[in-house]
Amino acid sequence: MLSLEIGHADSDRYLRDNDKIILTPVFFRLNFGVPIPLAVLLLTTLLAPPADVRARDVPNDEGKNIMVTWSPSPDTDVTGYLVLRQTQGSEIWETLGFTGPLVHRFVDDGAVDGTPYAYKVLAQSQAGTSESEPSAWAKSSAQWFDTGTLPALIGTGIFAFLLLYFINRAKKDKSLFIRRISGLDAVEEALGRATEMGRATLYVPGLSTMSDVATIASLNILGEVAKKTAQFGTPLIVPNADPIVYTVAREVVKESYTAAGRPDAFNEDIVFFVTDQQFAFAAAVDGIMAREKPATNFLIGMFWAESLILAETGAATGAIQIAGTDAVAQLPFFITACDYTLIGEELYAASAYLSREPILLGAIKGQDYSKALIIGFIILATGLALVANIPVLRFF
Amino acid sequence: MRRRLPLFLVFIMGLFGAFAFFVPHPPVRQIDEVLRNDVIRIIGALSLVLGVGSIIRHHFIKIQRKAEHWPYSYITIIALVVSAVIGLFGGIDPNRPGILPTQVGSFSFHIQTIYVNMMVPLAATMFSLLAFFMASAAYRAFRCRNLEATLLLLAAFILMLGAVPFGRMISRHLPAFAEWILAVPNTASKRGILFGVELGVFATSLKIILGIERGWLGGGD
Repeated sequence: MLSLEIGHADSDRYLRDNDKIILTPVFFRLNFGVPIPLAVLLLTTLLAPPADVRARDVPNDEGKNIMVTWSPSPDTDVTGYLVLRQTQGSEIWETLGFTGPLVHRFVDDGAVDGTPYAYKVLAQSQAGTSESEPSAWAKSSAQWFDTGTLPALIGTGIFAFLLLYFINRAKKDKSLFIRRISGLDAVEEALGRATEMGRATLYVPGLSTMSDVATIASLNILGEVAKKTAQFGTPLIVPNADPIVYTVAREVVKESYTAAGRPDAFNEDIVFFVTDQQFAFAAAVDGIMAREKPATNFLIGMFWAESLILAETGAATGAIQIAGTDAVAQLPFFITACDYTLIGEELYAASAYLSREPILLGAIKGQDYSKALIIGFIILATGLALVANIPVLRFF
Repeated sequence: MRRRLPLFLVFIMGLFGAFAFFVPHPPVRQIDEVLRNDVIRIIGALSLVLGVGSIIRHHFIKIQRKAEHWPYSYITIIALVVSAVIGLFGGIDPNRPGILPTQVGSFSFHIQTIYVNMMVPLAATMFSLLAFFMASAAYRAFRCRNLEATLLLLAAFILMLGAVPFGRMISRHLPAFAEWILAVPNTASKRGILFGVELGVFATSLKIILGIERGWLGGGD
């Protein structure tokens, strides 16, 4: 049986020479693989260039960025695209960068704001290149408002309004109902126990920095706890892992002792800096727990892997432990090893709950209404999504 | 004035931080970058001095009062001084030597060598304790004391079985069910907590910026 095949002389080296017409010998090939030269035909092997090159300013940024997009070359053996740029008034096309064959966009992050640029894209293959038509002139510019943050701005406005409304209402109506938080109800009991046992209270304000809101919330709670230890005359120990947090914590405790009418009971050694090394800090606090045997441990703030090391050591010493964090990954450890745990938002409500200041309680009320609003939106959106997928009701 | 100045600074900085989030224009971003990176570093460096002073005072008091285990305070102070001197004058590592010789023959005691050969193994030792603490915590958590603890035990049991080949031998649906527990109820509850956390962060930030929450100043008016 004889089969006939027409092909290039060297199909592995697919001859292309930058869009030039080349001559390729054509063969008949017998089924036992012997090529027979038959003729030389004129073939065109043009590498199709990228099309529709567009350049535009990257929106919502601080300028200096122009986004270049293009439709890819239909040829399948393109190895990548080279992006070229021309400044208005110049003849030179400078090479900006290279993208892979599947990427059809490029961000020029070296543009000068207000200067017009044109862009060309060169498709490259093993055999050569082919270039696109230049894009229209484009300029980069900085924006004064990031439109991508508009939903955040609206949300911020709504929540701020709700918070301020309820804070204002709390000034007039001082009998706001706030649900019980057992972890915070236990604070007084835990401090009372420490007083009765004549042992210290240990307060760890987490290992994070002052820029973490959980640390700020923890220091707010520390203020209330320190007032009570000052009133009860219970020794307080506050080790710190961050020097800035140490400085603020010292001031908070000092002010609380003064506010409680016991400035004489405050000494500089109540609050101290240990180290900012995570496990060295854990070792130091474990040592304090083992030596001093505090009757009550507060582990409130931001914690990482050391959470369980601290909580388990505290549990082993028989202390009442009240923990609180917004680190979701550490919550199971605290819930397991501590007597009471402030979960997520309870950490932020604690200061208001303990101080019972109506204005702060109003803020919690505002928070709760904001949460109800979010839940309402989720239910509404889920309902709409379900309705949209029922064929009879598909009107969205 | 002692309270008003911090409150005023917090108000201005807080508002500017929020403003910079919505405005990408270069002057705003540049100031924001400087405040977030440079200013915080400078404050951190200054407060580190206070921190070191605090450690030294804390341990001196212990030595003075002959508190329990007071000799260890000497070790802390000596370690602090020695590592500070080596770190300040001995260079970072053999490639970046300082004015202090930190190599005797083949024995090197650069700050990097000390860190890698002492701090890292000590930290790893503490971290490795976590395995034993996890075992003891799991024992406590998985006791069927009440309905919640029983549910926890059940979920953990299914998850553990689903993660090992034995689980697939019991039922081929078990790994998928374990995956579903992680991906659906677990993620849903985590997101619920996160909603509350974010609102709490927002409310706390707003209260602090507006000077309503003053606990960080020690409370009071």
